[in-house]
Amino acid sequence: MLTEFLQFLLSGITVGATYALVGVGFSIIYNASQVINFAQGEFVMLGGMMTWFLFDAAGLPLAVAVPLAIAGTVVVGVALEKFAIEPARNASIVTLIIITIGASIFLRGSAQLVWGRDFHAVPALSGDAPINLSGVALNPQSLWVVGSTLVVIVLLHWFFSRTMTGRAMRAVAFNRLAAQLAGVNNRRILMFSFGLSAALGALAGVLIAPITLTYPDVGIMLGLKGFCAAILGGLGYPYGAIVGGLIVGISEAMTAGYISSAYKDAVAFVIILLTLFFMPNGLFGRRGVERV
Amino acid sequence: MREIYGRAVTGVLSALAVLCVGAGGAPAAEPIKIGSFLAVTGGASFLGDPEKKTLEMYVARINEAGGVAGRPIELTLYDSGTDAKKAASFVKRLIEDDKVDIILGGTTTGETMAVVPLVERAGIPFISFAGAGVIVEPVKKWVFKTPHTDGLAVRKIYEDIRANGHSKVALFAGSGGFDKSCRKNAHELAGKYQIEIVADETHGKGDTDMTPQLTKIKNTDGVQAFLYCGFGADAVVAAKNYRQLGLALPHYQSHGSASKRFVAGTGEASEGMRLPAAALLVAKQLPDSHPQKKLALQFEADYEAKYNEPISTFGGHAYDGLMIAIGAIERAGSTDPEKVRAEIEKTTNYIGVDGIYNMSPEDHLGLDTNSFVMVEIRDGDWQLIE
Repeated sequence: MLTEFLQFLLSGITVGATYALVGVGFSIIYNASQVINFAQGEFVMLGGMMTWFLFDAAGLPLAVAVPLAIAGTVVVGVALEKFAIEPARNASIVTLIIITIGASIFLRGSAQLVWGRDFHAVPALSGDAPINLSGVALNPQSLWVVGSTLVVIVLLHWFFSRTMTGRAMRAVAFNRLAAQLAGVNNRRILMFSFGLSAALGALAGVLIAPITLTYPDVGIMLGLKGFCAAILGGLGYPYGAIVGGLIVGISEAMTAGYISSAYKDAVAFVIILLTLFFMPNGLFGRRGVERV
Repeated sequence: MREIYGRAVTGVLSALAVLCVGAGGAPAAEPIKIGSFLAVTGGASFLGDPEKKTLEMYVARINEAGGVAGRPIELTLYDSGTDAKKAASFVKRLIEDDKVDIILGGTTTGETMAVVPLVERAGIPFISFAGAGVIVEPVKKWVFKTPHTDGLAVRKIYEDIRANGHSKVALFAGSGGFDKSCRKNAHELAGKYQIEIVADETHGKGDTDMTPQLTKIKNTDGVQAFLYCGFGADAVVAAKNYRQLGLALPHYQSHGSASKRFVAGTGEASEGMRLPAAALLVAKQLPDSHPQKKLALQFEADYEAKYNEPISTFGGHAYDGLMIAIGAIERAGSTDPEKVRAEIEKTTNYIGVDGIYNMSPEDHLGLDTNSFVMVEIRDGDWQLIE
């Protein structure tokens, strides 16, 4: 009984940690621009695909391929901001969101053109042999996923509270105009946010690729689940997104394990509906205040 | 992006014909018009592309050798782009404008089913290259198909499970069309093979972790064999999670996983897995007495020499479709649709790439479980098992 529960819990935490990384990306961009970036899932895909390409096709060692893949995705993220979002910065938020949907389709299509539609395998960072903890089988890659998420949380905390750029990002999230008056360069912050979100998405992609394989469509569902995580935690609260991701991941695993696997995918979307009905600002979001 | 290659060939051929007549030569024999629509681009291009190459290669060869009963074959081929709507409009064109004698093609089940009403109404023989059993069950007068069905795969797997003395099966399936159809067959056929399905789990498309479902299967009492219905990346994740949990039951997957990409993706996790596959996949390992061995090796050599790429089992569907059609036209001695249709239905003991076909008014596929061989994955390669 207990081992079964622990097995489900471990599965939920692993999956939840990837949702969390994607969800944090949503929140960071939302903070800087009020835009929900629907290309977030494609950052995940790019991270995985580039790692595969650099490792398998270009023959680089994994230790070089991974940082390069993340850097490459950051370049794509910044380019997306520079060439798609920034020229339209005076447009309404809805227009910008539609632009990001277009960008996600474009990125997916380009990946299919360049790398084909097939799935590709990326080797696990520390082997495939499962670790057996008194009856609970753990994939070593799961430790990488969870461990990296923890490191990211610590780094983000340090970044947002100790560095000038991090504080500026919080200031922009709190009040854009006031931040601008205080000398914060909004455009630079926005570009930085896209870069950071792309890096987090790519990291999730790199970490999860050995578990799920990587293919051009891999980002669709992960993007949606990450979005659920961000909404559940309260859009604009990166830490909330992490808690949200874990809640979504664990509820999915428990549903599949104890109720029926047929309902598993519905769980995330039921959670998001309930959140929007009863706590429209998410678990950690403050009630919206109309600014006059 | 329309496939106009076929039309261009048609144009050149008819121009040549006119020239010949104009030059006072003997009038060329009237060509046999074969129409085809394949998913050369789009989502199913990995299926449609080898089908197109196979058709073109063998039509050219037959024409070089003097055609069928002295008549050349004229192939009109359109690219449906894996789009059922486009497939339907191309088939209308094949029937009304190109006035073809027979239609081969329809790479996916969706495209095939979209054109079935059209060929049934027009009364033109149609041989599909798509997988699902629904195409020929129930039997439709003018519709035939060449590839194995998922039901056939399930039968083959059940035979193997029974042969090993097992009867309690845990079923795990994805949520795609193929996956669902395979799962339905697994349930319907279980009784016939005295198999009891003791666990039945599903997963969503693109799921990243299936250990909860597999843990349930692991903790089900009395399971003797594990059957997975699905293909692509999901099948790889299922196999990896299965290995992660240390499950050691005999692991069966469908012919959907009979690809090198699957083996490469799963690595160690697919060792010892068994699946039904076309004989073509292990042609070199077949015993010399195997009736398909010679043809399979020949087809493999021809295809690889011409296109310089490894063979896929999908080209075989097109090869068999073309040869069955030509056999029927030869026997009918004409291209009269009703006569050709009746002859296709009478196809017996045709040894093809996909198996040995014995069609009948009740069976428009004509394959049985002998058309599959069981293979086991050993050291990352296929090993034929008896």
